[in-house]
Amino acid sequence: MRSHAKAQRRKGSENLFFAPLRLCVRFSKTAVLPIIWLLLPSAAHAARIGDLTETSVTEQALRFFTFSDPSLRLALLGCILLGLNCGLLGGFVVVRRMSLVGDTLSHAVLPGIALGFLWNNTKDPLAILIGATLVGGLSMLTVSAITRTTRLKEDAAMGLVLSSFYAIGICLIGMIQRLPTGNKSGIDKFLFGQAAAMNGSDIALMAITAGITLLFVTVGYRGLLTLSFHRAFGESLGLPMSFLHHAMMLLISFAVVTAMQAVGVVLVSAMLIIPPATACLLTDRLHRVLILSALIGIATAAFGAFLSFLGSNLPTGPFMVLAGSFVFAMAFLFSPKQGWLTRLWRQKTQQCRIERENTLKAMYHLAERHGFREEGITLLELANARREPLEQIRLQSEDLLRQKLATLTDDGSMLHFTPEGWRKACAVVRNHRLWELYLTNIMQYGADHVHDDAEKIEHVLGEDTVRQLERRLDFPQTDPHGKAIPGAREVHGQSKPRPAEPIGY
Amino acid sequence: MMNPPALELHDLTVSYAKKPVLYGVDVQVPQGALVGIIGPNGAGKSTMIRAIMGLTPLSGGWVQIFGESFEKSRHRVGYVPQREQVDWDFPVNVMDVVLMGRYGRRGWLRRVTKEDKQIAEESLDKVGMLPFRNRQIANLSGGQQQRVFLARALAQQSDLYLMDEPFAGVDATTERAIVTLLQELQSQGKTILVVHHDLTTAKEYFDHLLLLNMRLVSFGKTEDVFTIEQLQRTYGGRLTILSDVAAKVAKGEGMP
Repeated sequence: MRSHAKAQRRKGSENLFFAPLRLCVRFSKTAVLPIIWLLLPSAAHAARIGDLTETSVTEQALRFFTFSDPSLRLALLGCILLGLNCGLLGGFVVVRRMSLVGDTLSHAVLPGIALGFLWNNTKDPLAILIGATLVGGLSMLTVSAITRTTRLKEDAAMGLVLSSFYAIGICLIGMIQRLPTGNKSGIDKFLFGQAAAMNGSDIALMAITAGITLLFVTVGYRGLLTLSFHRAFGESLGLPMSFLHHAMMLLISFAVVTAMQAVGVVLVSAMLIIPPATACLLTDRLHRVLILSALIGIATAAFGAFLSFLGSNLPTGPFMVLAGSFVFAMAFLFSPKQGWLTRLWRQKTQQCRIERENTLKAMYHLAERHGFREEGITLLELANARREPLEQIRLQSEDLLRQKLATLTDDGSMLHFTPEGWRKACAVVRNHRLWELYLTNIMQYGADHVHDDAEKIEHVLGEDTVRQLERRLDFPQTDPHGKAIPGAREVHGQSKPRPAEPIGY
Repeated sequence: MMNPPALELHDLTVSYAKKPVLYGVDVQVPQGALVGIIGPNGAGKSTMIRAIMGLTPLSGGWVQIFGESFEKSRHRVGYVPQREQVDWDFPVNVMDVVLMGRYGRRGWLRRVTKEDKQIAEESLDKVGMLPFRNRQIANLSGGQQQRVFLARALAQQSDLYLMDEPFAGVDATTERAIVTLLQELQSQGKTILVVHHDLTTAKEYFDHLLLLNMRLVSFGKTEDVFTIEQLQRTYGGRLTILSDVAAKVAKGEGMP
């Protein structure tokens, strides 16, 4: 009996000891936490992992997708609701740059949850919601009291409030776990999250808050947009900015508290931040950000629940956050507009195009030197002209073949323009010479200063700019070096690859 | 019956953290005036605009717009705030921003109508920004951002416009475009108050000037007010005793 009490005490002190450590880790990198957690399995979970040997992963997956398990259905429904709720509100949190507010709120409500539990010593969702909301409100009041009366800025005030309130919460939960009823209460689920711990009344409360959020966001969208983009302007219009702001803060705290059982107090703010942050990388209109963020929230929450289920009810929170981080990483790399790899790919294709155009231009120059009479251009003279090894030129000519801009004779020694290739070559040369002329005649550059600049500009001039340049220069025939500028006839095509007369002379 | 003044301030006093920044300003701006608000840094120019709109609480005095309280005639006032007030990376496009100017009249609960969109497009056209209507606001230059704010105020279809430094940091083209727009608005009988920084252009742009330095130095037709003597009273010499006392009040010295 005595040793049992000792073990209990040890477990309690362990909780208290690891909490600040976890908090530190949380600050350094959200994604690391679940891994650390997995390295520190408690006795209760060791037994559960043992279960895994009895049911195989595929069997678990099958159970998941057939939705045969009623408690699983309930848990999944909860995840979908929380993903929707957090995703929608998180959209505003992120675009209003209030991510730290979400984080503060989610940590600071912990004492409220504990107090709600202590109210009548059971896990009554309504009591917990009320307790958490009140304490959340208190934390925000404390933040604004600190910023208003001292010189400290908001970030410092929030860091302070976040950690102090969280510490109080951890102490209270430690106390609850030592109560006779405490151990079976499931209050520890609030720390790391367990979707399976949610019961019918939890889900009902969640559905109500998610419903209110959905209604609030759709009906009040224009007001919320104005609040988020430009509060002072909304005030000048007489829109109820203050009401909307406070209603939103209230709904955010509801979302955080109801989601907490599934995700856990430490990670719940990630559900407010990761889905909308991902959405912001993918689109640039607020309503699309919100829709996308809600969808991503739902998907990651459900996927997290699935992974946790596969592992025989491992904590759901870390898996949801990992799923979210994975989606974010994908968006970061592959987003059509801002993705890192997308941009890299775009640069690469751009470089290839410039390389191709330079080869075509060199071919044009050679053809020009021959008075446009030669049958084709040999790879050897192209290599000489571009001052590159023959092997390199061979690669380039293969690229031209693939793009159907040139043809190669059977022995592989001579290139011919295709009609398309000829048009492209004319366009590049025209761009180059027009730009040189523009710089010398209109911008008063010296004729010996213009070539390098034109080398870059020739690849980016659009047709509209070319039209403007031509008009401005009064449809010129020759460039500053006296060479002919290919005209619209060549560039747009009626002309044959090999004009009978040298043009422009 | 005489037209009421577009804007009347009586004994307008505003304090930040107990420190007064505007003292007892009395002004009657007649309808149809194009007014430049001129004064040194910290003279309370922006504060005055914000106080008129009820964005900063008054510590004394009152504001009337077309003879009524601001609350009652709110829909007759258009507002062009400083550009720095918003995050230009925010996920909206130009049209979204201009449509915000319609929320005041329609109410924010009602959907945006075709008519609203048409008015927003006309407003954009007036500032030469119609081709940019689907542009994400992050991809605008400073002058273009300013014109978007002007278009949003135009979409409010107001009779009195309050503009906070619309010329700050814009290119010459935009400055010209804004001046033309101001004159056009004036010719339609609108009243416009513009916070302005550049003394050299003030005389040319505005037909009335309001010289401000924590208190009203002078208000009247430009040719009457734009004199060396008045400008010296505005810019020359801080109001030393006044600001000393203000600092003391802020610290709570000499308070009972």
